[in-house]
Amino acid sequence: MADREAVITAEPGLAADREPTLAVEGVSVRLGGRDVLHDVRFSIQAGEFVGLIGSNGAGKTTLLRVILGLQKPAAGQVRFGGAAGSRRDRGVGYVPQKIELDPDMPLRARDLVGLGLDGHRFGIPLPSRGRRELVDETLHAVGAAAFADARVGILSGGEQQRVMIAHALISKPRLLLMDEPLANLDIRSEQEIVSLLSRIAKERRIAVLISAHEINPLLPVMDRVVYMAAGRAASGTTDEVIRPDVLTRLYGHHVDVIHLHGRVLVVAGREAEPAIGPRDDTHVLHEDHADPDPGLRIAEDRR
Amino acid sequence: MNPIVRAVFEPGFFTSAPVRIALLAGGMAAVVSGIVGTFAVLRGQSYAGHALADISVTGGSASYLAGIAPLWGFAGVGVAAAAAMDLIGVQRRQGRDLATGIVRGAGLGLAALFLYWGTTSTSTTGATVTVLFGSIFTISGSTAAVAAVFGAVALGIVAVLYRPLLLSSASPELAFARGIPVRATGALCLVAVALAVSLSALTIGAILSTALLVGPAAAALRLTSKPGLAVLWSAVIGVAATWLGVLLAYDSYYWPPARQGWPVSFFVVALVLAGYLLAQFAVTSPAGSRRDMATRQDKASARLNGAGA
Repeated sequence: MADREAVITAEPGLAADREPTLAVEGVSVRLGGRDVLHDVRFSIQAGEFVGLIGSNGAGKTTLLRVILGLQKPAAGQVRFGGAAGSRRDRGVGYVPQKIELDPDMPLRARDLVGLGLDGHRFGIPLPSRGRRELVDETLHAVGAAAFADARVGILSGGEQQRVMIAHALISKPRLLLMDEPLANLDIRSEQEIVSLLSRIAKERRIAVLISAHEINPLLPVMDRVVYMAAGRAASGTTDEVIRPDVLTRLYGHHVDVIHLHGRVLVVAGREAEPAIGPRDDTHVLHEDHADPDPGLRIAEDRR
Repeated sequence: MNPIVRAVFEPGFFTSAPVRIALLAGGMAAVVSGIVGTFAVLRGQSYAGHALADISVTGGSASYLAGIAPLWGFAGVGVAAAAAMDLIGVQRRQGRDLATGIVRGAGLGLAALFLYWGTTSTSTTGATVTVLFGSIFTISGSTAAVAAVFGAVALGIVAVLYRPLLLSSASPELAFARGIPVRATGALCLVAVALAVSLSALTIGAILSTALLVGPAAAALRLTSKPGLAVLWSAVIGVAATWLGVLLAYDSYYWPPARQGWPVSFFVVALVLAGYLLAQFAVTSPAGSRRDMATRQDKASARLNGAGA
């Protein structure tokens, strides 16, 4: 079968006997005559923490929309634990990017988490001990118990992100999708959120997929990476994907990978001619291994 | 009756039929406006609510010309205007003020025409005053019954949609992610606002009904961080202002300058404002204050650090 063959090619190190929680199988999307996604394929197992890495316009959000069923692919399909069904049946918890919460909104952290459980239901919720205990337990699991009774709108970015995770987690999804959860977080909160998500994936045996601009905050904990550039994706462990040959093929022009104090810098290299196109200008760096400073500067600019 | 009670409640206050109907209808309008208004304020639709209040002048004046009870005009034109706002795009953050402004402008233009016809054809200002400032002491029993039905519909919408409304008020994106039909929810909420405004227009007048919609809700948001309690507070503040307003209006019958009584709408609006100012400046919200949050955060980070060590 073509499908099985495709998965095996994309996932060399995968145990073939387990049904993946999420399988993206050769998904292509065309919008306005342009290939936004081209033959994207990867899969995620229960308990895996996977980063979806790429710069603006690489196709991350479109891919998430396809997974959520909001965008129909021109080719390929998305499968959940081997089954199809409506988004809620599939057990997908999703946190969109850039949630803005009004400080004047009379809504405590615990209220927002409770709405993650039954916010789509009609009627006024009756106070129930089971519901309260589940909310408390979920708040505790994400380290949000200390500010459970504070208004969500006045919490810090990192605290709000914890509440969002609890909001998505309380319905016990098998797949947790988060769009840019690290955007606008300070470095310390960034690290806390990343290790929290990794711990949740392991403890609750759920698949976690988060999109991010930067690969470095995720490097220590990421099980696998889906690296996107110009609508194409490469997936595997970081050692398998973050290599000059793989990324050069992905970007379609020469790319260098610089390892620096346990971090990686992905920078455009120079071939015979400098390959400077409209999509590539954030990656431009002369092939100058002796002096990593320009690379550092560019990596910081991209944040 | 002891003298203190008599000083507060003028003789005949509780036995007068108009007063009883005023307390009943006014209380009902205040409860509905307070509850629905909380969601209008949370959704950033205070201006839309205000516009619906202005537009109910159009409905009220039209029903005078047509010879039907003003309440039908208030509610009918209000719901139609709510639908028009939704079609133009009141649900979008950018389109919100635009949609409201267009519909409000058109509605007030018609209101000017209808009020002009009404005044010139009957050579009385009765219609204008009734529509603009309400008629709480002259509500008929049948009108009160219709008002009760409208109020029940508005409260029903909000009760059924309580959780979806709350989540989509907090964040439309999160609500959408949970599979809530955000636009339909918002449109139904606007219909509830239009109905609530029609009740307040009947009691304290079309142009003042925003006060009952927005004022108690704004005060309630200062008092609590619990959504259910905020809705309750808003209703309580609205009812208190309305009943106290009716009482003062009844008392004011012997007050200067005219010795004819002051309009009840004035008292209600003044009391709502007083309630808001009291909530704003005199009450420190228990969970909302930033200083309190700082202490919480210190405790939380102390705990985290302790766990890490």
